[in-house]
Amino acid sequence: MKLMTKHIPQHILYVDGVTKSFDGFKALNDLSFVVKPGELRAIIGPNGAGKTTMMDVITGKLKPDVGDVFFRDTVDLTKHDEADIANMGIGRKFQKPTVIESLTVFENLELALTGNRGVFKALFHKLNAEQTARIDEVIELVGLAEKRSWLGGNLSHGQKQWLEIGMLLNQEPDLLLVDEPAAGMTDHETEMTAKLLKGIAGERSVVVVEHDMEFIKALQCPVTVLHEGHVLAEGTLEQVQTNEQVIEVYLGR
Amino acid sequence: MTSQSRLAWLMNDVAGKRLLAVILAVIIVLPMLNLLVPEDSFFHVSSYTIGLLGKYLCYALLALAVDLIWGYCGILSLGHGAFFALGGYAMGMYLMRQIGDRGVYGNPLLPDFMVFLNWPELPWYWYGFDNIYFAMLMVALAPALLAFVFGWLAFRSRVTGVYLSIITQAMTYALMLAFFRNDMGFGGNNGLTDFKDILGFSLQEDATKVALFVCSGVAVILGYLLCRYVVSSKLGRVLVSIRDAESRTRFIGYRVEHYKLFVFVLSAVLAGIAGALYVPQVGIINPGEFSPINSIEIIIWVAVGGRGFLYGAIIGAILVNYGKTFFTGAFPEIWLFMLGGLFVVSTLFLPQGVVGVVQQWKDKRAEQKALAKGNAGEAMS
Amino acid sequence: MMKQYWGVLLVLLNIMCVAPVWAQNADESTGFESLIGELTTSSFKKKAKAVEAIAALDDERVLPVMEAMLAGDLYYQKSDEKIVFKADGESGYLITDVLTGTELGEVGKREVKKIATNNRLRKQLRTQIAGYKLLSKKPEIRLAAADDLIKTPSPEFLQVLQTAIDREKEPAVLKALKVARAVILLDSDNEVDRLQAVKDMDGFANKYTMAMLTQLVRQNEDGSYVEPSALVREEANSVLNGLQAMATWYKFVEDVFFGLSLGSVLLLAAVGLAITFGVMGVINMAHGEMIMLGAYTTYVIQLLMPNHIDASLLVAVPAAFVVSGLMGIIIERTVIRHLYGRPLETLLATFGISLILQQLVRSVFSPLNRSVITPDWMSGSLEVNGFLSLTYNRLYIIVFALMVLFGLMLLLKKSFFGLQMRAVTQNRTMASSMGIRTGWVDAMTFGLGSGIAGIAGVALSQLTNVGPNLGQSYIIDSFLVVVFGGVGNLWGTFVAAMSLGLANKFVEPVAGAVLAKILILVFIILFIQRRPRGLFALKGRFVEG
Repeated sequence: MKLMTKHIPQHILYVDGVTKSFDGFKALNDLSFVVKPGELRAIIGPNGAGKTTMMDVITGKLKPDVGDVFFRDTVDLTKHDEADIANMGIGRKFQKPTVIESLTVFENLELALTGNRGVFKALFHKLNAEQTARIDEVIELVGLAEKRSWLGGNLSHGQKQWLEIGMLLNQEPDLLLVDEPAAGMTDHETEMTAKLLKGIAGERSVVVVEHDMEFIKALQCPVTVLHEGHVLAEGTLEQVQTNEQVIEVYLGR
Repeated sequence: MTSQSRLAWLMNDVAGKRLLAVILAVIIVLPMLNLLVPEDSFFHVSSYTIGLLGKYLCYALLALAVDLIWGYCGILSLGHGAFFALGGYAMGMYLMRQIGDRGVYGNPLLPDFMVFLNWPELPWYWYGFDNIYFAMLMVALAPALLAFVFGWLAFRSRVTGVYLSIITQAMTYALMLAFFRNDMGFGGNNGLTDFKDILGFSLQEDATKVALFVCSGVAVILGYLLCRYVVSSKLGRVLVSIRDAESRTRFIGYRVEHYKLFVFVLSAVLAGIAGALYVPQVGIINPGEFSPINSIEIIIWVAVGGRGFLYGAIIGAILVNYGKTFFTGAFPEIWLFMLGGLFVVSTLFLPQGVVGVVQQWKDKRAEQKALAKGNAGEAMS
Repeated sequence: MMKQYWGVLLVLLNIMCVAPVWAQNADESTGFESLIGELTTSSFKKKAKAVEAIAALDDERVLPVMEAMLAGDLYYQKSDEKIVFKADGESGYLITDVLTGTELGEVGKREVKKIATNNRLRKQLRTQIAGYKLLSKKPEIRLAAADDLIKTPSPEFLQVLQTAIDREKEPAVLKALKVARAVILLDSDNEVDRLQAVKDMDGFANKYTMAMLTQLVRQNEDGSYVEPSALVREEANSVLNGLQAMATWYKFVEDVFFGLSLGSVLLLAAVGLAITFGVMGVINMAHGEMIMLGAYTTYVIQLLMPNHIDASLLVAVPAAFVVSGLMGIIIERTVIRHLYGRPLETLLATFGISLILQQLVRSVFSPLNRSVITPDWMSGSLEVNGFLSLTYNRLYIIVFALMVLFGLMLLLKKSFFGLQMRAVTQNRTMASSMGIRTGWVDAMTFGLGSGIAGIAGVALSQLTNVGPNLGQSYIIDSFLVVVFGGVGNLWGTFVAAMSLGLANKFVEPVAGAVLAKILILVFIILFIQRRPRGLFALKGRFVEG
């Protein structure tokens, strides 16, 4: 794994011709797109466009019926499961914020901290000073310093979103898949989130799925429009917004 | 979390420490009251009481095992009685071999039931059980193996929730049917019984009974410390996160099935040890121990005591079983009504068990105190 | 020998000649009345004559009289020489007038005298009874008589059989008659007769004839064959092979029938659970006790109407549905509705309820098994042929299970309640906002599932012991069936129940009953681990999570 990180791949994520159907309903239909290293990419699309299914396929929760999904050009993601893929360096934030409710903020972040995931390592694990510092740093970053020993379940919706983003950062992934990070956030929090994600991009690749156009605008990044499991359009937000097909899908019929 | 002292996992656990102290006191004082105080004295403790408490302690260890997986990892096993019984059978086989030629048929090698069924020779899987060390190994290994194979299949295929519960129940049911068969070579319907002695000490002797009682107490204490260590480690936090959000844990990169398997096997071994201590104290092991209702009763001990509190499991096991002894003696008709009622009441009104209620009440009082203090402070300024 | 044959011939002539003549004077019943009076004579010769004459009459009273006489149950009253049937009473005899069929009550043993028979007379009676039956107008009586003769072959019936064969028009009866003749002719000294006999046995499903043929081709201890003729042996072997193939086939059919009936029991037990667990997602561990309540309802109904046992089951079905259904509604309203979305807690609470219900039954009735009576129309069996007989209770269970299944399907698919139910289970909020009282639908759905369990209890009361533990033995099986079939899919439940029933039946002879059950449990455990969502899984993203 170490060796691979030195080599800079052409594409961090390469999705080609992926189809996934449920009882005849094609949630993904010949979906193809690529993400370059360090890129920030937004994906938008109406309900049922296949955004969540796409995430499921990339993170190993679902296997595609046909099509290729490659990570860093060489790793075939369809052959690995969730834990493998997570450990390779793909982090995922769910649409509905899921943090461990009966663990504290600190403990949530501790669990997510990159490192050996083995059972017996966990049994005899002790945090060293460096790791504690790293966790505290992330707590600062996501603005939960005062809530350090709060239980995850007692946080507000927005705080949970932030904690989950913090956990994602602690995994130190090469690719972050972020599902509707701004949902349920105040304007101020939304702004902060956009800033945070922009900061992460560059060093890591980030794919954001979002409905909120203001948020997309704030990200100032290339946009991919998904419709019925297929890429409808790609380009800057302005380009996409003036695309006739996109307008038809969003407004017409 | 700031106190990273080596024993923090134990020192932070006030209630647990208190409970361990009580158990320690009981296994020191009661044996003395039984062996040293004359029988007509008010302070004499009968061997019957010792035996009863010894049984409760075995149940407490079993409850601990169930709480470890259910309370901390969300695995509701309705088949844990199977591991208990396997441990018990392993011990029972040792005790059978100790009978030697003192059985009814006087066969030096074959247990009575085998002579009765005209078995020509000892089956291969009975070899080695005349050795206590081998038997002790088997007490742990047999449940561990079953738990490993079963868990490996179940967790790898991501069978969770009630589906898992139902197939664990089916597992113990299948084992019960199997052990009822005479040709399995475990005594069929009657099981293993008529034990004479253990390690050369007669099981009829008070001193042996007391020793077994003390062993059970020590086992509970050690089992508690082990479980406490596990749940306080990072592994314990991974377990909790599996319980609360399994797929989240997977997406962080933990192999959920490995963690579940580890804790399931550990729990099965604890249950097996409990069974092994139980059998010499009650003097019999039969396929009834595999029956689904036995397994499900363990769940109610934990639920009443307080799921997710290790000491709660111990308290629950002792409370419910004391109740059972009392009511089946005094009002046998009522006991099943009570037990059934306990299931309903504890799930509806006591989701955290007795211990949880106490905890809540304490929290509330502490809050009020803090509030009162705050008010007082304000008034002062 | 010769004399006997003559005797038989005479009787037959009598039958053939007298019967048609007699039929012309149908109102002349005095023949029977006067002839029967002659039986009181002490001379066996005269009795034989009288019997001959009686046998020639076409009167429905003839057969019972001859059979009673053969069995030694025909008496006459010393006082008035009235001929009576006798049955054992408490101290004396219960007698019935032969002529009128009126019961005359109990009399002392000394007041009546037996109409004695000797060996010869009994032989004559047997032949005449057989002849009478073989020439009866009703084909089923003729068939039964032929079957009887196959079991008790004796040369004395040869003539009467031949006559019957010549007159017979029904192919099935003709075949049976020929086999009955063949069974006798197999002992003939004539090789041609034996060959014909063996040929006649071809394709006739009967265990006795098969045993006879097997005996025929066997070697004696000295190496010689039981049957000296190689030709006959060869024919016998070929017929035997055919019969064995038939027997194997019918054994298979019988196993399938057994398996299906076993599957039907599983289906009945599980189909209610398919509603509560499959559709609502409620883990009801007290489901088995709902079955038990249904069985006890049957018991109580039979206590209430002891004189109408035949109808009791028909009353018990709706009654059990109501009793178990109401109990289900009570449980749902008081306990389960507080636990929606917490499956493990539901499991525990309902398990507690199951304990309470068991103890309730134990306290009210008794811990012992109660006996539920099987009505006449459910006992006995349908004899398809000599190799295959299907017991009525299993037959009815299969039919009943299918009726329940299809009735339920119809209710879910076609009724307004079914529509509401599906709406609530698929999208509770939407259903609620459309004005459906979701709480009410929940309660009714649960009541429906429980009520069906109660109906299953009625059926099970006919097959197993009715005791407090009745339900427990079905709960695990029921869950496995539902899970195996795929949750939320009635067809899946049906297929799963039937395949498990069949599997059980076919593994059993190989592995033994208990091991078969264990093997099937292990199979299901492994199966669930491979396909946690069952045979007919609902696929789709909505299932996840």
